[in-house]
Amino acid sequence: MSAKDLPEPLDENERAFEAALKNLPDRTPRPEGELEELERVWAKPKGWRTLTVVNNDYVGSWYVGASLMFFVLAGILALIMRVQLAAPLADIVGPETYNQLFTMHGTIMMFLFAVPAVEAMGVLLLPQMFAARDLPFPRLSAFAFWAYFIGGTAFFLSLFWGVAPDGGWFMNPPYTSYIFSPGVNADFWLLGIGFIEISAIAGAIEIVVGCLKTRAPGMTLDKLPIFGWAMLVFAGMIIVGFPAIILGTILLELERAFHWPFFIAEAGGDPLLWQHLFWFFGHPEVYIIFLPAAGLVSMMIPTIARAKLVGYNMVVLALVATGFISFGVWAHHMFTTGIPDLSLSFFSAASMAVSIPAGVQVFAWIATLMLARKIRFNVPTLFVFGFLVIFTMGGLTGVMLGLVPFDWQAHDTYFIVAHLHYVLIGGMVFPLFAAIYYWTPMVSQNALSERLGKWAFWLMFSGTHITFFIMHYTGLQGMPRRVYTYLPAQDVSSVNLISTVGAFTIAAGVAVFVFDMLRNFRLGGENAGNVYDGGTLEWLPQGDYCARSIPVVDSTQPLWDRPELASEVKAGQWFLPGALTGRRETIVTSPIKAIPQYLVIIPGPSIWHVLAAIGTAGFFLSLTVKLVWVAAAFGILGIGAVLRWMSEMDKGPDHPPVDVGGGMMLPVYMTGPKSHAIWAMWVLVIVFGMIFACQIFSYLFLWSGQPDAWPPAGTGAAATFPAVLSIAAYAGSFLLMIAAGRALSRVPEQAPGRFLMLLLTAIAALLAGFGGEFAAYGHIDPTASGFGATSWTFTVLNGLQVATLFLWGAFLVWRTRRGMTDGVRRLSFDCILVLWGFAAAQASISLTISAFFPLLI
Amino acid sequence: MLELPPILDPAGPQAAPVTALSWILFVGGAVITLLIVGLMIVAVVGTDRLKAALAGERMILIGGLGFTIVSLLVLLIAGLGMTASLASRSGEEMLTVRVTGLRWWWRLEYPGFEAANELVIPAGQPVRIELRSADVLHSFWVPQLAGKRDMIPGKDNSLIIEADRPGVYAGYCTEFCGAGHALMQFRTIALPPDEYALWAAAQARPAALPADDLSQRGQRLFDRIGCGSCHNVAGTRAAGRTGPDLTHIGSRTMLGAGILPNNRGTLAGWTADPAASKPGVLMPGYTYLSAGELQALAAYMDGLE
Repeated sequence: MSAKDLPEPLDENERAFEAALKNLPDRTPRPEGELEELERVWAKPKGWRTLTVVNNDYVGSWYVGASLMFFVLAGILALIMRVQLAAPLADIVGPETYNQLFTMHGTIMMFLFAVPAVEAMGVLLLPQMFAARDLPFPRLSAFAFWAYFIGGTAFFLSLFWGVAPDGGWFMNPPYTSYIFSPGVNADFWLLGIGFIEISAIAGAIEIVVGCLKTRAPGMTLDKLPIFGWAMLVFAGMIIVGFPAIILGTILLELERAFHWPFFIAEAGGDPLLWQHLFWFFGHPEVYIIFLPAAGLVSMMIPTIARAKLVGYNMVVLALVATGFISFGVWAHHMFTTGIPDLSLSFFSAASMAVSIPAGVQVFAWIATLMLARKIRFNVPTLFVFGFLVIFTMGGLTGVMLGLVPFDWQAHDTYFIVAHLHYVLIGGMVFPLFAAIYYWTPMVSQNALSERLGKWAFWLMFSGTHITFFIMHYTGLQGMPRRVYTYLPAQDVSSVNLISTVGAFTIAAGVAVFVFDMLRNFRLGGENAGNVYDGGTLEWLPQGDYCARSIPVVDSTQPLWDRPELASEVKAGQWFLPGALTGRRETIVTSPIKAIPQYLVIIPGPSIWHVLAAIGTAGFFLSLTVKLVWVAAAFGILGIGAVLRWMSEMDKGPDHPPVDVGGGMMLPVYMTGPKSHAIWAMWVLVIVFGMIFACQIFSYLFLWSGQPDAWPPAGTGAAATFPAVLSIAAYAGSFLLMIAAGRALSRVPEQAPGRFLMLLLTAIAALLAGFGGEFAAYGHIDPTASGFGATSWTFTVLNGLQVATLFLWGAFLVWRTRRGMTDGVRRLSFDCILVLWGFAAAQASISLTISAFFPLLI
Repeated sequence: MLELPPILDPAGPQAAPVTALSWILFVGGAVITLLIVGLMIVAVVGTDRLKAALAGERMILIGGLGFTIVSLLVLLIAGLGMTASLASRSGEEMLTVRVTGLRWWWRLEYPGFEAANELVIPAGQPVRIELRSADVLHSFWVPQLAGKRDMIPGKDNSLIIEADRPGVYAGYCTEFCGAGHALMQFRTIALPPDEYALWAAAQARPAALPADDLSQRGQRLFDRIGCGSCHNVAGTRAAGRTGPDLTHIGSRTMLGAGILPNNRGTLAGWTADPAASKPGVLMPGYTYLSAGELQALAAYMDGLE
């Protein structure tokens, strides 16, 4: 008897839920006007106010659309490169332009197309798959979209001024540092990546909380649609992986702007530090792109085969295993850098191991297809089959490259170009195209054209093989990557010409697809509906409010197992059939069993998150082109808009508990461990914690290369007494915050004066702690050595935390004085407390390391 | 008959085992691809009995887990063994050449003399290449002789190459290094050991004196316009280290880091406008020189054998 079968005592929520289930579906007629009220609450603004829409179907569709725009733009860059490479010593573009082209092609495809595209599919599909009304933080996703769209567009436009980055998508220093790349080009790369970092982290928070807290009641984790699992792993990988590149970009910009020598060997830096940070992010990045696509495939294959996925548990395990293993393979990009033999063995073994879960998934899909009575070859099926072939081939060359001796030969040749395009086109583009054809009827008035889709498929499928299959040979012939031309003597002229022909074949297929989208994709109004007969909740009848009522789920394909479900949902016979508090709301459920916990009020359309995105984008753009005052203005706009946006949050228990259906009463306000906002805060803290961990790695990495020069001769160690005082101030400020929290629970029975005094003292202690860092090692010059640079980076990270807490603390003072924060309505305070604790811990650990580590060794 | 590409046409013991491994991988990869495509075809047109036999979780356990793990383990063991055996020669005594990557050429430091852009080695003997970088990342690769290894500022890497027969082997920079990356190439020339000894002895001697009037005029011009501030010509006043050593430039087969055949015409053309052959090159052009002056310079350099 397994643990699962043992009866567990039910808590209060579970008992209420079980009781409610007896009354559902509730077939009594719905009150008049309920549906109209629901429609009014969820209606999307029209005209120019469309920009303020936050509904996930719109934001998700824009997001997918913008990513496709960047896909087409980066594809055009590839065509220019293929023309240049069609003949030896061609003179279409010179090396300066070509280097910008391949850098932009790779960067845009990875950061502005692939990651946003899969994230966009999450925003678009997840609430529907959970039958939730929306994502838990709709303005956050809309903000992420706008920051990405504005920032990405500006980044692309840098090409037209010839100032686009030219150091490769991997941006290896020393080439990309200020000595060899003094222009603004590399800064544009750091800028463009900055936006993606922001929107990826925002998206990851949204997806983790969405997947764990807003599922349909009864959708226990073992019934989570595979795409939900894939997105959960995706978000987890972003949370663990992106911090490495966030820290990397901070370090590289510090080196470029202020000459802190992190990567300059002569000054005690190390170019390999960048490679470790970049690839610790960069290889998981490939799986960050692939896993959601695999999740989409696992959703479509059951519909194609008209059978449930074979080996659901094994596929989930495979997704999770891929997530873990992918963080142990980064150095296979560094086999030729001369890393120690032991590392070679470890990373080679891990690179092999990561193909095991891929094999599991491929065979699970094939086993499911075997169950099909008859497979209909519509466009999604074609793209899924194309995916299986191309991805398998790319996976196999990946196994080859995991073998160190083979990699020593094939590394940085066209063999790699072939491999990575097989993996990424096969593993991501084809599933995405299948998914767009498959899910368009869910959001668009018309389905896409079967005829055009088949043309697009065959052109893209044949074009991919024509372009990239021959490139394996080109690489074996010895042609290096990232070259703007080649000599006739290299004997690669005809194979390159073939690749160019293939590239235009792919382009023709994409053009057909774009035409199909322009002709048939129409947002708004009645959607085309379940044309492929899918069995999951996103195929319930939809309005602006998603599904009319939220059903209880007890299978992975509820629409197949309960054919009457769609009409029951549409008739409002399940949970939350209307807008019960007259505002936008959705049910928050427990993370494992999906038991309803409370009704969350979620924000509607607004201009503030749009202005915040414009402020963010404008700030970084102006800073990149060194317009400091303009940057300051945008910065103020951004911060002001965020604060205005935040002032609308945390409304408190302004409505009594409501009956969400079947007699289940749910509160409409929650703080503490059940709150979705506290969950989001913890996710954010993990991100910050990973950034900090990467910084500790960087510090120790530079130390390990020069243990005798730590600190270098002539540089004094940190002053320990101020360091101790600083730690005490940081720790004290957190204790003061805990005391403030106690005082707050007695408000409004007592006046908030005591709370405010404790809060202000805590802010003062925080600032004192930060000041203490300067006293501790103000005499160490960060530009003089890698030691100085990496020690000061701790202070930079602490400074970012202190600035955030300072702003937030001031905001909390304002809220309290306006009577918007008290003993019950205290989510804003509980959130800041989480971050405060983290910041105090980070500062204490960092000071301990930077002040005491050099003394110990 | 199509010629085999260099990776599949090895010319030495550091490359040959990798070629054998490559063939195994390619054939294995083709078989597995066909297997997957075959299974997909069965799913579409197979009989119900066959399909039923191939459905179910057993399929995942056998195909996805069992088959994958076994074949990967075999490959991993073979790969690690080969990695170890290729690296195991690092303790032996052998000829050592220090190769430094610069934008966008190669400095070659032999025991007793310096050369550039054309690596001459004795056939049948292992040679240790010490890899250094003077500026950005580069990577050293001669596909027919060995896998590649990166040149990283501040890091001392090395690599062993060996040609088992005399010949000319193409080499490339394979780490992106900026504008001249595509045209940062070189030749490795393996000579029979006795010829190599003669070559090395000749390279160790100072530069030949200009033999005729034209060459003498060329040398004076070389001196006057300041070539020596970047280039070294041993035995003369030219002692620069910024650019390639030209003491024996006339003995090399290629010019401009492996991109042009070396003769008087290309020497003159390169000197006048190196960026025309190699965009981004750091050497300035000397377009103001007359055709006669360029001829004289080329004659002088051509005579530096």
